[in-house]
Amino acid sequence: MSSRMKNIIVPVLAVLLGIIVGTIIMLVTGYDAGAAFIALWDGAFGDIYYTGETIRQITPYILAGLAVGFAFKTGLFNIGVEGQLLVGWLAAVWVGVAFELPKVIHLPLAVLAAAVAGALWAFIPGLLKAKFRVHEVIVTIMMNYVALHVVNHVIRTVLSNKSDRTADIYASASLRSPFLEGLTDYSRLHWGIIVALICVIIMWFILEKTSRGYELKAVGFNQHASEYAGMNVKSNIILSMVISGAFAGLAGAMEGLGTFGYQSISGGFTGVGFDGIAVALLGGNTPIGIVLAAILFGSLKVGALNMPLEAGVPNELVDIIIALIVFFVAASYMIRIFIDRIGKKGAK
Amino acid sequence: MEYVIEMLGIRKEFPGIVANDNITLQLEKGEIHALLGENGAGKSTLMNVLFGLYQPEKGEIRVKGKSVKITNPNIANDLGIGMVHQHFMLVDPFTVTENIILGNEVTKGGKIDLKTAEKKVAEISEKYGLAVDPKAKIQDISVGMQQRVEILKTLYRGAEILIFDEPTAVLTPQEIHELIQIMKTLIKEGKSIILITHKLKEIMEVCDRVTVIRKGVGIGTVNVSETNPNELASLMVGREVTFKTEKIGANPKQDVLEINDLKVKDSRGLPAINGLNLTVKAGEIVGIAGVDGNGQTELIEAITGLRKTESGSIQLNGKEIRNFSPRKVTESGVSHIPQDRHKHGLVLDFPIGENMVLQTYYQKPFSKGGILNYKEIYKKAKGLIAEYDVRTPSEFTPARALSGGNQQKAIIGREVDRNPDLLIAAQPTRGLDVGAIEFIHKRLIEQRDNGKAVLLLSFELDEIMNVSDRIAVIYEGQIVAIVDPKETTEQELGLLMAGSTRKEAGE
Repeated sequence: MSSRMKNIIVPVLAVLLGIIVGTIIMLVTGYDAGAAFIALWDGAFGDIYYTGETIRQITPYILAGLAVGFAFKTGLFNIGVEGQLLVGWLAAVWVGVAFELPKVIHLPLAVLAAAVAGALWAFIPGLLKAKFRVHEVIVTIMMNYVALHVVNHVIRTVLSNKSDRTADIYASASLRSPFLEGLTDYSRLHWGIIVALICVIIMWFILEKTSRGYELKAVGFNQHASEYAGMNVKSNIILSMVISGAFAGLAGAMEGLGTFGYQSISGGFTGVGFDGIAVALLGGNTPIGIVLAAILFGSLKVGALNMPLEAGVPNELVDIIIALIVFFVAASYMIRIFIDRIGKKGAK
Repeated sequence: MEYVIEMLGIRKEFPGIVANDNITLQLEKGEIHALLGENGAGKSTLMNVLFGLYQPEKGEIRVKGKSVKITNPNIANDLGIGMVHQHFMLVDPFTVTENIILGNEVTKGGKIDLKTAEKKVAEISEKYGLAVDPKAKIQDISVGMQQRVEILKTLYRGAEILIFDEPTAVLTPQEIHELIQIMKTLIKEGKSIILITHKLKEIMEVCDRVTVIRKGVGIGTVNVSETNPNELASLMVGREVTFKTEKIGANPKQDVLEINDLKVKDSRGLPAINGLNLTVKAGEIVGIAGVDGNGQTELIEAITGLRKTESGSIQLNGKEIRNFSPRKVTESGVSHIPQDRHKHGLVLDFPIGENMVLQTYYQKPFSKGGILNYKEIYKKAKGLIAEYDVRTPSEFTPARALSGGNQQKAIIGREVDRNPDLLIAAQPTRGLDVGAIEFIHKRLIEQRDNGKAVLLLSFELDEIMNVSDRIAVIYEGQIVAIVDPKETTEQELGLLMAGSTRKEAGE
């Protein structure tokens, strides 16, 4: 079997196994698994409104997945997508509430601010890794907490008068679209999905078509050979983190400028950044794979909301199924061996 | 004649290729039998068949006259076949004994009985003159000692037949000498040995018979006493091989590389190069001879920009290039065949084609305005692969999948093709077989004849003597002597490398 086929089959099998084990858990705990899956499907695609909500949820997942996947392709593990997302969200909302401008300027400016903020937040771990060999996993995890509390502080003291949320952004900075909302029975679907898909193309283009992408991949695979070949290893590490952070910041802009139109104080993380790790893993760190994985995660997340209503299944169970899928992807070695066995028998 | 092992007419296929075809190997009791073949000839495949890792499509294996089916390594173990792997399979923080009993632990009431095991290990070690300390940790002992632990492991498991897979590749000359003694002791004690190698010198020294395979096909078995290295080499390669590299006299012209009073520190901050002077002219090959660790690596890293220098000057065609970045050095006209092709020479996960533009990917025609032109890249790669006889299924194959010799040919093609003024070749033939070595030496001399300056670093004195026009002996970070290879001897070089002065060495 070609390795390309395997790269497709492994995640598909992982998803199936996750669903099968999830089914068993539901049956054991006395829930109607059939009704639960119908409810899940209905909740994600049963109605045009739900479909709109699902696409809306997919948007930040794509960007978070790209952020993790891009860093990973160049040999870095960016666990800090969550924090970069939060500062991106803040920057976008800040620009959105600070002044009113014509939409052609204001909206791009707010989106750009999010990308820059995320990029700067990721620049720090990139710099520390390049200059002092501090492991990026440690730094990015810690910077998630710094981001969470700094953002909360700015919302409370700078962007509001001791309130729990910022004001709504001006319409000129909003990604909201009456057209898309009308099309989907007034869901919160917004133009962000276009931004996300453009970013998918950007990632593919940088990595596969540019000489800079060639350098980034070379540094990711073999730093010694890259240095020997005259590449600047340090600046490539920093650049990779910066691009990754920009994608993460944009994921924040999707929430700030699209879904919510404001940012509120939060006691914990959004989870989108961490789910991005799973999305990238499931998607094999390839742009197309990330889109497909984001569709799956978005559908599960939105569809799950319908499970308690229609089938009486707690939506925690959906979290368990997602966890199982991620588990089976992470354990894909197991699945690969399994495929190899079957392949061998088939050949004989 | 009693054979302990017979492999008769073995054929092993992999998708697309026949790795072994009609190979017959018969091992007599108490002999050292060499298995000789080029890199990729199918030696390892054949031994993996014997060890139960692969199943042959055709052929028969007999152990002590009885036909057997070896379907996994445990059966091979039970039949008394043990393998000493080229890459050791040892747990570093464990002791020698712990490593030896791993997977085969003797327990007493649920606890490992280390004392009994240690005693047994010590006994075996003494019997065969291995001098291994059973309580030493693997991480604290030398590579040569680690290899002995691997030997002990097979003996502990009752091996009667030992397979050595390229055992000398990782050893120093002294350790090689000791290993040969150990192999002779093993034979005296009634063991039989299969030695996988492509080093003819070793075969001539220790082996009784040799079976040659070429491109997967069994060529035949000859008695070592009735053959010579030249015959073996041509059997292995399939044509006449010349050991003495043919070349006309050098015609040196202007200075290309000029190093004056160079000082460089090593990674620990200690002086590695102490005021070194060296000149390489256009149209000559200067060989650097020296014992490993006398500053060779640092010297090359300093020239190529991979290591910062303290003081002195490095001039290329009269222009200072000291402390240039590697890219600027490359662009100034320096090519570098690195010592470690896996670490520095290639990005193993990239296709071999993309490795061919590792230093030039950003230049026209491979890149235009930052956008890569894959068509041009692969066109270039295809040309180099053909010209330098790099054997690969295609230019899209990952570099990792190529054999060592073909990886090296690819690197040499890439470096020579850039048409440098100075070509630095660091151990360009390490781990390669006779055919590939001959090819590479020819290319180096060709570069010299084209008026390039070539700087050759090698730990093989034969190579230095054969290829160089001048030999610079390096000792403790200085060039201590420049000698003419036609007028010197290995003995003189050996003494100079050990720090004697020219006058002492000549006496």
